[in-house]
Amino acid sequence: MTEFLIYKLILVGSVFGITLFVAAYSTYAERKVAAFLQDRVGPDRAGPFGIFQPLADGMKFIYKEEIIPVVSNKFLFILGPCLAMLTAMMAGVLIPWGDTLIIGGKTYSLQIADLNVGVLYVFGVVSIGVYGIMIGGWASNNKFSLLGAIRASAQMISYEIAMGLSIIAFVIMTGTLSLGEISAQQAGGVGGDWNMWNVVYQPLGFLIFIVCAFAECNRTPFDLPECETELVGGYHTEYSSMKLGFYLFAEYINMFVSSAMISTLYFGGYNFPFMNDLGLDHNTISIIGTLMLFAKISFFIFFFMWIRWTIPRFRYDQLMNLGWKVLIPLSVANIFITGLVMLLIDKL
Amino acid sequence: MTLNLFYFLSFLAIMSAIMVVLSKNPVYSVLYLIITFFCIAGHYMLMNAQFLAIVHIIVYAGAIMVLFLYVIMLLNLNKESEPHKSTLQKIAATICAGLVMIVLVGSLKGTEGMIQQQPAAADIGLVKALGKVMFTKFLLPFEITSVLLLAAMVGAVMLGKPEKR
Amino acid sequence: MQLTNRSKLVVKKEMTFAEKIYLPAILSGVVITIKHLFRRKATVKYPEKQREISEIWRGQHVLKRDDKGAERCTACGLCAVACPAEAITMVAAERKKGEENLYREEKYAATYEINMLRCIFCGLCEEACPKEAIFLTDRIVSTDYERNGFIYGKDKLVEDVNERIDVTVRQTPAVLAFKEQKKLSHNK
Repeated sequence: MTEFLIYKLILVGSVFGITLFVAAYSTYAERKVAAFLQDRVGPDRAGPFGIFQPLADGMKFIYKEEIIPVVSNKFLFILGPCLAMLTAMMAGVLIPWGDTLIIGGKTYSLQIADLNVGVLYVFGVVSIGVYGIMIGGWASNNKFSLLGAIRASAQMISYEIAMGLSIIAFVIMTGTLSLGEISAQQAGGVGGDWNMWNVVYQPLGFLIFIVCAFAECNRTPFDLPECETELVGGYHTEYSSMKLGFYLFAEYINMFVSSAMISTLYFGGYNFPFMNDLGLDHNTISIIGTLMLFAKISFFIFFFMWIRWTIPRFRYDQLMNLGWKVLIPLSVANIFITGLVMLLIDKL
Repeated sequence: MTLNLFYFLSFLAIMSAIMVVLSKNPVYSVLYLIITFFCIAGHYMLMNAQFLAIVHIIVYAGAIMVLFLYVIMLLNLNKESEPHKSTLQKIAATICAGLVMIVLVGSLKGTEGMIQQQPAAADIGLVKALGKVMFTKFLLPFEITSVLLLAAMVGAVMLGKPEKR
Repeated sequence: MQLTNRSKLVVKKEMTFAEKIYLPAILSGVVITIKHLFRRKATVKYPEKQREISEIWRGQHVLKRDDKGAERCTACGLCAVACPAEAITMVAAERKKGEENLYREEKYAATYEINMLRCIFCGLCEEACPKEAIFLTDRIVSTDYERNGFIYGKDKLVEDVNERIDVTVRQTPAVLAFKEQKKLSHNK
């Protein structure tokens, strides 16, 4: 029992640390990627190539003056960023970070908890993630904050539907909701055993999922809750110091978690091509697999940034049109097609 | 352990449910209601009904309560603009709510025998078992519910359509 | 007038299906941005590396002294009149006995201020000066934390007797020929 607890504690601690580390360095990566895509060099003063920039940014956030508006609702004003951070951190629990490790004859899974309804749990966490933004925006007692909060909630609810429907088609195919099993199903890939990643079977579903993931993370081109040209700063207009930092940080954690989700669901998770043909022992493959998962996640984080500096922001009616009139019918059609194909395969 | 959790969740659920009614600020009421929903989801979890718990959170806490909060924020309700209700109305509301509670308690009283007659399988709350039951034994009620939802959706689309000039 | 052939005629027509789904457009945009990732960067890392400046580049002003070390400026105000940004102000004063080694002529500028935040470094003051007293040099105006710091008085503008500032750098033959036209020979 104690051994189990220690092992889980180590796992939780390391996932927590890695999440924060990746989020911190995502801020640095964002600035570097933005700069490189615009023919600049980006931050390069703090340490070699500016790799200590996240530390400098963090220090700046902590030492800045903290302003709480007099007319705001003080308790909810503080609760907002805390909730945003909390819900962002919660989803990482279910991601299978790697296959099992065998140490001293005992098998240790690199997933904190393999819930029977894993995919749905992530949805639940994402759907309550909007409370941080809504409460913060309302408690600020500012028109722009309130507008940002309302936009955020409307946008998140709209895109959750399309996301959920795209996942239903996915679940028809895999027959399970557990993320551990979904990862295990995609084992192998290109190589000796031809077992393709799910993206090959669900291209349309993947497209809908990634568009919705952009919208759920409030990333450009869907960053209307915080669009500075119309709403000053959106829901975090009144925030300063580390509370603002929490909001910005939560966005990067969300990005990390959604990249991990995309990699796990559609890109084979910790599996990589030729994994069963190299003749390595189980532990080595597990460790390489974890590294591969992080490589995939890094690519998707880069993809998020790449899109941000390519596509301009939508207008609000365009956003709603895309969500309700394009993505939802498309995902329903995807469910029909998937169901038909599954039936045909069963019959043959 | 489980019993302690049950007591803790029940206490929290009832306390926040009472706070929903007592809060002067409607936004606080909604927030307390969300806490209540989370406690109820916790109860489902204790009964090994993971699917129900998660769907409860997604649908109630994640969607319906967000819309509640949305509307309340837009309405900008506060103490000054709240219409004053007469004592008669308050008494009538209390009696109505009390009657609903009596009906609920009465309907729950008869179920004790049923549980002993057909003890539920341990995996009834999991997705696979629930799906099978829903699409075989309870197919008709399930489909009727979906038609009901469809009707509501059609109504919403009709209301949302721009008027023809 | 057509400057480049890159301009496109905008036509408002019904979009085709390929245009409506936007994905091809997004893909081409993404390709454009990824190309920029590998381009040479335009940034010059300033303190370590300085960008080359032109020969006739106009920087911070200097008020020259003559060979004996006396200030050339007579506070005639022509530079202030010529200044399009109205950055120059001055107060004139009369030279007293025993100050001949300080000021070249009987009238001199008691205060002479240039507001570097207003100055547009056009060089008209240099052109207007009949006494060849003010010149723009190849020095860069340094930064400051306060607005007051950008109002340069005589302490910063007048050159030191021992550390003369070379203004011949920007006086290229072309510039000198231009000045010749104005026949400013009375300053000899």
